[in-house]
Amino acid sequence: MNLKPEDLKKISEKMEASTNLRSGAGRAKITVHMGTCGIATGARDIMKAFLDELEASGQKDILFTTTGCAGLCSHEPMATIEIQGESPVKYVHLTKEKVKTIFKEHVMNGKIVEESALGRGSERVG
Amino acid sequence: MEDLSLHILDVVENSIRARASRIEVTLEEKKTDNFLCLLIIDDGSGMDEETIKLVTSPFYSSKEGKYFGFGVSLLKQAALETEGEFEIDSNKGVGTKIKAVFKKDHPDMKPIGDIMLTIQVLRLSHPDIDFFYNFKSDSE
Repeated sequence: MNLKPEDLKKISEKMEASTNLRSGAGRAKITVHMGTCGIATGARDIMKAFLDELEASGQKDILFTTTGCAGLCSHEPMATIEIQGESPVKYVHLTKEKVKTIFKEHVMNGKIVEESALGRGSERVG
Repeated sequence: MEDLSLHILDVVENSIRARASRIEVTLEEKKTDNFLCLLIIDDGSGMDEETIKLVTSPFYSSKEGKYFGFGVSLLKQAALETEGEFEIDSNKGVGTKIKAVFKKDHPDMKPIGDIMLTIQVLRLSHPDIDFFYNFKSDSE
């Protein structure tokens, strides 16, 4: 429970290794929905699963961030994948297994995983 | 929410949306007095007195077009269910301080959970924000 100095060091090393997270531009952006509804249904583990996939891939041009509730609480946990120059795609009812597939197919190869996707576009208007 | 680390993640996401650049999470355990105190302090946009009164209601959200906001109200509920206490102190333009006190041996006390994972996810997804975590215990 108690964070030790070595734990904080590990976090810092992980951040340094992921220089992509600090840069302003990336080839792809992964946004995990971290509203109360998302967190209650496992969004933190989904974020961790994406981070594990990123680490394993060694990619440096993928941005990570979080956002709030998209107003589709019954579809949580959700994430939005945006490949540069393409419309964002919302993925719903995520599991660690789905994250692996989405990362491999969509983030790495640009192919939308239709069976897990709700649709293209953003929940925000304007 | 299953544990306190998820409540912390949820409430800190509010601080992030309030454009905080520094967020400090402190857990203070007093085994001798049987309580656990959670403090979340940010330097975000803060709230006026009217908003402070509303924020612990699940039927209030600061987001346009949204009528529910459960994050703060669920944390308050989790603290009060243990016969604990809950306080918010906020100043517009200065920041917000949330204090939740839990009675440790109460049957409704939730486990603390994976704080390390919460801090890791916050730092990796928001590298531009300074996150601090402190744990104090009278048993160490």
